[in-house]
Amino acid sequence: MLEILALVGWIALQSVALLIALLIVVSLLIYFDRKVWAAVQMRRGPNVVGPWGVLQSFADLIKFALKEVIIPDGANKGVFVIAPIVTALLALSAWVVMPLNEGWAIANINVGILYVFALSSLGVYGVIMGGWASNSKYPFLSALRSAAQMVSYEVSIGFVIITVLLCAGSLNLTDIVHAQNHGLGTKLGAPASILDWYFIPLFPMFIIFFISALAETNRPPFDLVEAESELVAGFMVEYSSTPYLLFMLGEYVAITMMCAMTSVLFLGGWLPPINIAPFNMVPGVVWFMIKLVFVFFMFAMVKAVVPRYRYDQLMRLGWKVFLPISLVWVVLTSGVLVYMGWLPS
Amino acid sequence: MAIPFFFYLFSILAVASAVLVVTARNPVHSVLFLILCFFNAAGLFVLLGAEFLAMILIVVYVGAVAVLFLFVVMMLDVDFVELREGFLNYLPIGAVIGLILMVELILLYATWHIAPDLIAHVSSPQSDSVTNTQAIGLVLYTKYVFWFQTAGLILLVAMIGAIVLTMRHKPNVKRQVIADQVARGPATSIEIREVKSGEGI
Repeated sequence: MLEILALVGWIALQSVALLIALLIVVSLLIYFDRKVWAAVQMRRGPNVVGPWGVLQSFADLIKFALKEVIIPDGANKGVFVIAPIVTALLALSAWVVMPLNEGWAIANINVGILYVFALSSLGVYGVIMGGWASNSKYPFLSALRSAAQMVSYEVSIGFVIITVLLCAGSLNLTDIVHAQNHGLGTKLGAPASILDWYFIPLFPMFIIFFISALAETNRPPFDLVEAESELVAGFMVEYSSTPYLLFMLGEYVAITMMCAMTSVLFLGGWLPPINIAPFNMVPGVVWFMIKLVFVFFMFAMVKAVVPRYRYDQLMRLGWKVFLPISLVWVVLTSGVLVYMGWLPS
Repeated sequence: MAIPFFFYLFSILAVASAVLVVTARNPVHSVLFLILCFFNAAGLFVLLGAEFLAMILIVVYVGAVAVLFLFVVMMLDVDFVELREGFLNYLPIGAVIGLILMVELILLYATWHIAPDLIAHVSSPQSDSVTNTQAIGLVLYTKYVFWFQTAGLILLVAMIGAIVLTMRHKPNVKRQVIADQVARGPATSIEIREVKSGEGI
């Protein structure tokens, strides 16, 4: 009894620590996102609250939390309130399996990658529920769009994940990172280095995963769900204060999750770029954060420089371009692995 | 202590949400309760040690099938009162199916209770050395590969059927041909003329 309680307490403590770290990182990433966006457009971005405006996200947080929650009269109240909670909860709970460093995953489960994939595919429910419960035209259209969009891009994400699994031979995220300790580079006689990471042999998949991740998290240029020129703010139109904050939080946590997934699947997770003296003395979590921020920077740059897709183009890209390419690549990868005898045992 | 607690939690929630699927007034609420039910079933799978099945249940049923289901239910203008009227007509059929299921479960449970050794032979539990993803893969792609391929073929036929039934080629609809757009260059789209001053084209 006491042991179980101690175990539960320890896990709860770890979860709270991760949650706090995650929220601080996400608030800084939101600031970073806005700064990158501003820099591309030659603006200054947030620069008032705190030094260089770093505390802007916290000021926004306080503002959202202190305002009144407005629930529209015609809304379906229960679903309306649950929708943002579902979004934030699903986005946050995916982080429990993420290995930030050797052995740092709170739950090092066998099917870690499937768990993340399952939770990210559930992210659409927050949008659908919010859009339907608002009982308003724009949110409803947005909900319909998001349902079709997210289902389309999950398929290609699934195939990309399968190619990585074929190379790594495990569904455990920690094992996938370990598998990137040896690969192309070590076969040529080099020490474990950046050459072994999967983004080199699986480069087309890396690109497809990145673009599909943009679509999956409703980031520009695929933000049809909240296209402000057509749908005002999409499913969030009727939301205010804390529920809105939860939607935004869920969205950015999901984006951070996708950045972390990209770095685990393709960029070697916590591994240093080359496994020799000065680099491998740096803690793994630092490398992990550097990779995460790099991928997030790419996300932010895409938002700043690429115009929004039209809806039929988005569907075409998902079903007619990414799906065939990733399907062929799965066959090709497995063929090469079997032919060369490189299949992980 | 922890496992019975979670078992009862998931079971009670699964049964309660299943009842609510049938009794909820609003069809969208029914679908949402159905999703809750799937979640609890996935939880029960995890307790059984079948984490792969649990995750696949969530990815396939909750992440894809239920989304499309919700999509359709949201779009349809369902008349709740009319839907209620048929309830009593279908009650006998539903009751019979429920009864059969219950009898089957009782038989299963009774067998398990009377001869606990028998069940050990019927369902071969996985050994500890392989994860259950590997265990499923090892039988699915070797022993049951024919059935697996057949199931895939049936799904393919169903998919082709659905596409054939819904595909319409409307005349006079302009479609975007990406290849044409990409292939276009200055040579095919620009005409350069010498315009004399003061004359126009």
